[in-house]
Formats: sequence, C-alpha cells, structure tokens
Amino acid sequence: MSVEVYQENIREFSSKRQEPEWLRQKRLASLALVAELDLPKLEKTNVKSWGFTDFVPVPSEQSVQTLQQLPASIRDSIAAGDVGTGLYVQKNQESIFEQVDPELQKQGVIFTSLEQAIQEHGELVEKYLLQAFQNNEHQVAALHGALLSGAFLYVPRNVEVKVPQQAIFALAGNRTAAFPHLLVVAETGSKVEVIANYFDYEGRPTVLNSVIEVYVKPSAHVQVTTVNHTSSSVVDTIYRRAIVERDGHLEWVIGDFSSGRLLSDQTTYLRGEGAHVGVKSLALGAGSLRSNITSSISHFARHTTSDIQARSVVKDEATNILNSITKIEKGASQSDGQQSGKVLMLDSEARGDANPILLIDENDVTAGHAASVGRVDPLQLYYLMSRGISRAEAEKLIVFGFLDAVIREIPSESLQNHLRQIVERKFDQ
Amino acid sequence: MSNRPQLVIRDLKAKVEDKDILKGVNLEVNGGEIHAIMGPNGTGKSTLASVLMGHPTYEVTAGEVQLDGQDVLEMEVDERAKAGLFLAMQYPSEISGVTNADFLRSAINAKREEGNEISLMKFIRELDKKMDLLEIDSSFSQRYLNEGFSGGEKKRNEILQMMMLDPRIAILDEIDSGLDIDALKVVAKGVNEKRSPELGVIIITHYQRLLNYIKPDFVHVFMQGKVVKSGGPELAERLEAEGYDWVKEELGIEDETVGHAQV
Repeated sequence: MSVEVYQENIREFSSKRQEPEWLRQKRLASLALVAELDLPKLEKTNVKSWGFTDFVPVPSEQSVQTLQQLPASIRDSIAAGDVGTGLYVQKNQESIFEQVDPELQKQGVIFTSLEQAIQEHGELVEKYLLQAFQNNEHQVAALHGALLSGAFLYVPRNVEVKVPQQAIFALAGNRTAAFPHLLVVAETGSKVEVIANYFDYEGRPTVLNSVIEVYVKPSAHVQVTTVNHTSSSVVDTIYRRAIVERDGHLEWVIGDFSSGRLLSDQTTYLRGEGAHVGVKSLALGAGSLRSNITSSISHFARHTTSDIQARSVVKDEATNILNSITKIEKGASQSDGQQSGKVLMLDSEARGDANPILLIDENDVTAGHAASVGRVDPLQLYYLMSRGISRAEAEKLIVFGFLDAVIREIPSESLQNHLRQIVERKFDQ
Repeated sequence: MSNRPQLVIRDLKAKVEDKDILKGVNLEVNGGEIHAIMGPNGTGKSTLASVLMGHPTYEVTAGEVQLDGQDVLEMEVDERAKAGLFLAMQYPSEISGVTNADFLRSAINAKREEGNEISLMKFIRELDKKMDLLEIDSSFSQRYLNEGFSGGEKKRNEILQMMMLDPRIAILDEIDSGLDIDALKVVAKGVNEKRSPELGVIIITHYQRLLNYIKPDFVHVFMQGKVVKSGGPELAERLEAEGYDWVKEELGIEDETVGHAQV
C-alpha cells in the first residue's frame, strides 16, 4: 500500500460520504503519519511481520432493509433475546443495517453510523472523535485515523437505556480491511450497555483495525462488551480507550477469541474523583494464534477504584501474552487498584505469560496483584477422571471452570450465557 | 450371583519415585461384603486405594488387579470408574468454576450411553433425595466442587458422589478422619443405605470408631505394605482395645511402616 494511492482513495471515500473539512483533514493528516510512525511496541510480542497494511482498497457494500436479508453468519451473531432494539451492522467499511428504538430516539438517544451522525450532529462527533484515542500513537493508530468508519452512540443526560445496544462489525472478502470505530458518549447520570462483535465470515486474509472510544460523564454507568472472534488468517487489532469522570462507573467485558494474530488493548483513564472501572477479560486461544492482551488503568483522581480480572487459556500451539498495568498517579490519594491475571496452558506447545505491573506514585493508596501461569493440575484431572469423566471432558470442565470464575461475575445473565456458548464452540473446534 | 461384583488383588506391588510402598497385597472383595483395612500411619493403606484407582504418582511394579475378570491395571482412570470402581478420597481436589451439580451430572452421563443421558428432572430428584439423607444444605449443589468446603463437607460430598454414581466396588479412604460423631453417623448412614449384594466395600481407617456404625464382614491389618492378618469384626474390637503391638509381636514385626510418610 502506498500513501499516494491512498490519498486519492481517502479523498474519494471522504467526499462520497460528504464529510466536513475537519474530518477530511484529519484523515489526510493521519495518512501522512502512517509513513512516519513505527509499529506499536508490545511487551514480549513482535508484530513486525503481522501485515497491518496488507490489504487492498475495499469495495462498497449494499445495505439491506430487514434483519432477514443479512447474511446468516451476521444474523447469528446477534445476541439472542435482545433483537428488538438498538442494532448497528457494519460489513467491512459500511453500515448495512441499522435499527433504533423509537422510544429511545424520542429521549434523544443517538445510535447510528458515524457517517450519518456527522451529518446530523457534526459538532458533537467532532468534540469526541479521536480524542481519547489519538492517531499519532503509532502506525496502526495512524492507519485507523486515516480510514476509520463506524458508529456513534450518544446517551443524553439522565437517560437510562435498559436494553443493550449492539454493534456488529463483520469482515468478508479477500485481502479486504475494515477500520471500525465505535464512539460512545454517556452524558451525566445516564446509563447504557453496549455489545460490540468483531468477526470475519469467509475465513480469508483480512485486516481488522478497530477502535472504541468511551466517554463516561459524571455519575454515568456504562458497560461495554467486546467479542473478537476472527479466524486464523485475520490480523485483528482492537484499541479500547475510555475516560471516566467524577463518580462515573465503567465495566469492560472483553472476550478475545480470535485465532490468527490478535492485538487487544484496553486503556482507561480515571479522571474524576470517585471514578471506577472494572475489567473482566477472557481469552481462549487455539491453533497457531499469536496474541497480546493488555489492560491498562491510569488513576488520576482521588478515591478512584479499578479492578482487572483477566483469564486466558491457550491450547495447541497458541501463544498469549497477558499484561495488566495499574498506574496510580501522584495526587490520586485513597485510590484502590486491584488486578489478577491468570493463564492456563493446555498443550505442551502452548505458551502463555502473565505480566502484572503496578506503577504507584502516591503513598496513600491500596493496590494488589495476583498473577499465575500454569498447566492443568494432574491431580484435578485424576479426581474428575476417577468419577468416570474422560480426560478430554475433564480438561474441558477445568478450563470452563477457570474462565467461569470471571464469567459469572458479569452483571448480565444473557451475556454470561452468550460468552459460555462461544467458549464451548471454540473449545470443541 | 452372576451380577455380583468381584475385585481380586494378587501380589500387588507399587512404588513412588524409588520407594517401594506396596509389597505384595492380596485381597478379594465380593458384592455384599464390607472389608475394613486397618493399620497405623505410614503402612501403605492409602497407597493401596490410590493405586487401585490409578493415581498418577504411583507406579505398579508387579501383581494384578481384576474387577469382574477385567484387568484394572490396564485401564485409564476414567475406564476404572466406568467399570464400577469408586474411591472416596482422603484429599479430594478443589475445582474452581465447576459446580457440584454440573460435575455430578457429567459423571453420571459419562457412564451412560450417548442419547441416554439422565434427564435434568430425574437428576435433581435423585440429588435432592440423597442430599437430604446426608443432611447436606440445598445450596451445596451450586457451590464450586470442594472449593472452600470444610473437611466434613468434603467427606459428605465424597459419599454423595458414591451414592449418585452407583459403583460396584467402593473404596472409602479414611472417610472418618476429622469427622465429629454426628458427621460420622451421617456418613455411615449413606454407606449403609447403599449396602447390597451389588456393592462391595473397602473401608480404610485407623480407628475402630467408624466400624461401630458400619459393620464389617472382614477385617484386615495392614503393615509394611501388605495385609498381614485377617479376621472378622472381633479383630477390629481387639485392635481398638489393645492397639497394634500384639500383632507386631505375634508376627515378629519391629517397624510396621514402609519407611515413608503418607503421600
């Protein structure tokens, strides 16, 4: 991919979408950065040969009128039971189906493509887009800034959204790429749950470069779930960034089930006093997966609290590096940061690593971490097998139990079951 | 008669690392019989139980074990269980994230043919009945397997599993250790409930106490890694009253242990 080719491509893409000048300039500036910046530097994972730029310009897509017209693999990814409201479906770079709850619309909730949102609420989008996540972090970020396309979810002051809003980002085609950007703004005192699904359904080489930005305003309650489930030929990166203000409350539920190359990053800034973030991170890696999963929390204000619970299972020849970083800045007194990261390795060729990092610049705080990397306990296997359970089944029970200790803490039963199903299917593959 | 289980152990020897622990065990257990294996600490009693079940730490060096004519030592641990062997363990593993109920259902279904799984209703009915009998609180089934259980709860759970799984030969390894008298009675009630010609039982214990509640048909004294003396229930009573010294004297044994702390 050359910058020149893409300059033209981006101008065309941008003008076709009738984008305002500020966005067009942002894209072009990002593109210029692609050539200047290095790839992201990761703890213990070398991403040099991953091929973040190995794609061709993406063809446009036809949108559909009804759920039934969506490709079956996309339809099946919609969490059951919650089909009635708030749905955004993007195939490659374009929105192909949207559904909103008229009641929520009346209350001022916006859930639509960024493209549409920029036309109707340009100032609002401009205020938040690429602020928590910046295009100059590294080459992958710059690429995202140049080519992003996605959805905007806005919840006005004191509005409580009771049903989870779902965004689906599906990839198809050969050497295609998508740059999904999910922008979530929850105003003061509001409440919302978002589920974002990322997957490909043709199993061909593709590049997925995703970003989520979440702005949790004072006293707002937000839960964001991401499920990445791409196949072995996909280069899958996802950067999640959040800013939590005074007494705001954010829960991340992160399901990393991809099978090729995965770079999964979650970074939350606790900016306001009393802000809280919880992270439940689950990973199941198989085949020849290479993955690097990082959860990072920065405490900037007093009385802020964070809790990272990360569990990763690796089987076959999969490798996963699990990093947990809790940073408490000077002045963030009486804050509490906890983390636990555990890796379970099933096969002799499977590799895992858990790196717990606490960086504390303030005295008056509490913090703790637990980390472990291990194999299945032979005595646990013996115990289960002594009741007639086969070795394979016993291993499965132990793995499910290992992950379930985190899954059962997720505050939504339907989401718990959804994740269990994915784990079960993936494990049996 | 043909359906009565039979376990035959012949000249069984086993070691852990380089230490010989079992030094030629002979024993025959038939359906309807309760055998008590008694002996001081460190004589290899629990090793016998572990070796019969296929514990990964031990290596069998000689001898044979047959269950209903099948070679047990050739079988994987799960195959032994499916053939009808059950071991109530002294130190059962804790398994996080797996509920008692899910585990038990998996175990029951593992023994059944595919397509013939136990229905959820039937399973719950059976489980409730047996939990009642063992005076186990109903919240128990949704707790994680043995995690955070008290010693007594773990023992009851082992007996509950035995009752649900209907083994042909059940081995109870020091099921009475650490139990108060009430818990002991409850555990004994569970075992007595299952007593039938279709079940043979081996009870491994230090104390005669448990045998007040579960009457054995045969009592064996275990020393130096093998059965050194066998008799009826009166043998247990004499051991309780007089200790083991007279047995050692009678057999000319100075050190009854296998020179190894219990694993």
